[in-house]
Amino acid sequence: MSLKRILYIIRKEVRQAFREPRMRAMLFVPPIIQLLIFGFAVNLDVENAALAWVDLDHTPQSRDLLAKFEGSHRFELVATPSSDAEISKALDSGTADLVVRVLPGFARDVLRGRTASVQVLVNGSNSNTASLVSTYAAGVISGYARDAMDLQAKEKLVGRTAGGPVHPATPSVNLQSRVWFNADLKSRNYFVPGVVANIIALVTLMLTSMAIVREKEIGTMEQLMVTPIKPLELMIGKTLPFAVVGIIDMGLVVLVARLLFQVPFRGNILVLLGASICFLLTSLGAGLFISTVSRTQQQAMMTTFLFFQPAFLLSGFTFPVRNMPEIVQYITFINPVRYFMEIVRGVFLKGSGVTVLWPQMLALAVIGVVVMTLSAGRFHKRLE
Amino acid sequence: MNLRRLKAVTRKELLHIVRDWRSLVLALAMPLMMLLLFGYALTLDVDRIPTYVYDWDKTPQSRELIEQFRGSRYFTIVDSVENYRSIERGIDKSSVLMSIVVSKDYSKNLLAGKAGDVQILFDGSDSNTTQIGLGYAQAIVEAYSAKLRSDAQVKRGGGELKVAVQPQVRVWYNSELKSRNFIVPGLIAVTLMIIAAMLTSLTIAREWENGTMEQLLSTPVRPAELVLGKLLAFFSLGLIDMLICVLVAVFVFQVPFRGSAWFLFFSSCTFLFGALCWGIFISATVRTQLLAYQMGMLSSFLPAFLLSGFIYAVSNMPHVIQVISYAVPARYFVSIVNGVFLKGVGWEMLLANLALLVAYASLVFWAAVRKMRLKVA
Repeated sequence: MSLKRILYIIRKEVRQAFREPRMRAMLFVPPIIQLLIFGFAVNLDVENAALAWVDLDHTPQSRDLLAKFEGSHRFELVATPSSDAEISKALDSGTADLVVRVLPGFARDVLRGRTASVQVLVNGSNSNTASLVSTYAAGVISGYARDAMDLQAKEKLVGRTAGGPVHPATPSVNLQSRVWFNADLKSRNYFVPGVVANIIALVTLMLTSMAIVREKEIGTMEQLMVTPIKPLELMIGKTLPFAVVGIIDMGLVVLVARLLFQVPFRGNILVLLGASICFLLTSLGAGLFISTVSRTQQQAMMTTFLFFQPAFLLSGFTFPVRNMPEIVQYITFINPVRYFMEIVRGVFLKGSGVTVLWPQMLALAVIGVVVMTLSAGRFHKRLE
Repeated sequence: MNLRRLKAVTRKELLHIVRDWRSLVLALAMPLMMLLLFGYALTLDVDRIPTYVYDWDKTPQSRELIEQFRGSRYFTIVDSVENYRSIERGIDKSSVLMSIVVSKDYSKNLLAGKAGDVQILFDGSDSNTTQIGLGYAQAIVEAYSAKLRSDAQVKRGGGELKVAVQPQVRVWYNSELKSRNFIVPGLIAVTLMIIAAMLTSLTIAREWENGTMEQLLSTPVRPAELVLGKLLAFFSLGLIDMLICVLVAVFVFQVPFRGSAWFLFFSSCTFLFGALCWGIFISATVRTQLLAYQMGMLSSFLPAFLLSGFIYAVSNMPHVIQVISYAVPARYFVSIVNGVFLKGVGWEMLLANLALLVAYASLVFWAAVRKMRLKVA
C-alpha cells in the first residue's frame, strides 16, 4: 500500500467531481433541496382544524361552548351545516375535519346537573389528523365541563346547608404536564434532524456506487487496473473523497436546519461528527457493495433505491420503531440508518452525549466494519 | 400508426424489463414490500406508551390514581422509580417516553378537600406521539377527578355530581383510527410513480446513450408508435401493480372498500397514463440516464411521496407548499383513492379531481409526443 498512489486517486477523483459545473452542483445542491422539501412538507401537526358547528340548542350555553372552541386557537369555524345532508357533504368533501353537534336540551341538562352530551363527528380518513383533532375537541369539552361542574357543586352545597354558605371544597386532581426537549410540540423539530440523517445516507451511498460504476461503464476501469494501483488503494482513494463530501454536506444541512428551520441544536457537534464517521463507514461500504453488483449507472441507481427505501422506512423516521411488530423490530437492529437517526435526534433535541448514545455508536461502528470488510473483499475479488 | 409495429416495440420493451432483475424487482417486488411494510409494520397509531411512575406519596389514594393509568391500553408502566434522576436518565436513553409523578402531599391535599397535584413529564421530541399521549393522560385524570369530586359531594350530602358534558366522539370512514387504512390505498399512487419515475424516464434516455435510438429510427417505426409502444409496456406493468395493491389492501389488510371499483379503475388508468407520459417526456428531454433518473426522482417520486397527502396531510403544510402541491397530480389521485376506499363517495364528489387528472394526462401526452418529434427530426 502506498500513500502516494492513494493521494493520486483522490486528486483524480476530486478533479473529476469538480471539473464539471453540473457535477459540482450535484454534490451540494440536491441535499439542500431535499432538506427544504422534506423540512416543509413532512409535518404531522394539526393547526386550525376545520370545524363545522351544528347548534340544535340555540342557548347561551351552547354559544358559550362554541366560544370555547374558537378561543382554543386550535379550531377554525368553516361551516354551519343545517341538515344531515350538509353534514355528510362537509365531511365527504373534506372541507371539515370535524363536525360538532350540540343536541337540543344541552343547556337544560347542564343547568340541572345532568350529563349533557355533545356529538363530535371526526373525519377519520387520515387517522393521525383524526386522533389529534378528537383529542383537542375532547380537551375543549372537558374544560367546559369542569367549569360547569364547579358551578353545580357550589349551587348544590349552598342550597342544602341550612347554616349559610359553606366552603365548597371538593377534592380534585390537578394535572400539570411538562414537555421536555420540544416544548412547543413542533413536529418540524423532530423531522428535520431525521431528514439530515437520511440525506447523508442517500448522498454518500449514491455517489460512491456511481463513481465506481462510471469507470466500469466508460471502460476506464481497465486503464486503472493496468496501472500499479492496488485494489485496496483504489478503494480507499475512491471512497475517501466522498466521505469528505458527506461530512461537508452534513455541516451544510445542519446549518440550514439550525438557521432556516430554527431547530434547536443542544448537543455537541463533535459527537455528531464522530457518529457521522461511524455511519459513513456503512454507507460507503454499502455503496462499494452496490458498485460490485452493478455494471451500468442505471443499475447502480436502481440498486441504491432498492437498498435505501426499506432502510428509510424502517429507520423510525416517521413511523416509530416502538410501534412495529417485534419481529420487524429485530430486523431494524441491522439497519444502520435507525441508529444514526436516533443519534442525530438525540444530539439535536436532547443534547445527549456519548454517555447516553454509546450503544448506538457502537452498533454503527460494528455494522460499519462488517459491511466495509465484506464489500472490500468482494470489490477486491471483482478486480482480480 | 401501425398495430404490428406497435406490438413489436411493446414486446421489445417488456423483454428489456424482464431481462434485468433490478427492473423487475423495482416494478413488482418493491410495491409488494411497501405494501407489507405499511400494512404490518409501519403505523402512526399511538398506544402502549412506555411510562415510569414516581409515586412520591405512596398512599392508597395515589395507588388508585396510578391504577387508572395501568388499566389503560395507551400506557404501559415499565417501572417505578424513586427520584427525578432516574426519570431523566430513562427519557434520555429513550427507554421511556413519559413519567407520572404523584406529588408528595397528594393524599393529604385530597383528604383536605383540595386539589392533589400530579405531574406528567413527556419526552416531546416526537411531538405527534406527545400530543396524543398527553390527550389520553388528560382524559384519564379528568375522569378520575370528576369521580372523586362526585364521591366527596355525595358524602357531604350534596347529592351526586355528574360530569357536565360528555363528548360522544364518532369517527367516520376509519372508525378504528388505523393509519394503514389510509396509507395502504395511497400506496397505489406511490407505486405507479416508481414505475413512471424510475423505469419509464430511463427508457428513451437509454436508447440515446447506447446509440440504439439511431437504429430504431432507421426502422419504419414512427415516433408516436415508439412512444405508445413503450407506454403500453409500462402501462401493463402499472396495471398489474395496481391490481396487486387493491387486492392485498382489500383481502389481506381488510381495508374497507366502499366506492365504485370502476371509478377507481378508470382514474388509476388516467393517472398512470399521465405519469408515464411524464416519464417519457423527461426521458426525451435529457439524453443521459443519470439526469433522467435525478429528474424523475425529484419531479415525480418525491412529490408523490411527500406532497400528495399520502402520509402527511397537505392542509398542515405551509401555504407556499400547499400551492405547489396543486401541481402534483398524485395529490388528486390520492384524494380519489381515499374517497373511493374509505368514504365511498362517487362521481359527484370526485369529478373535479378526475377532470384535472384527465387534463394533466392529455397535456403531458401532447408534450411528450411533440418533444419526441422534435428530437427525432
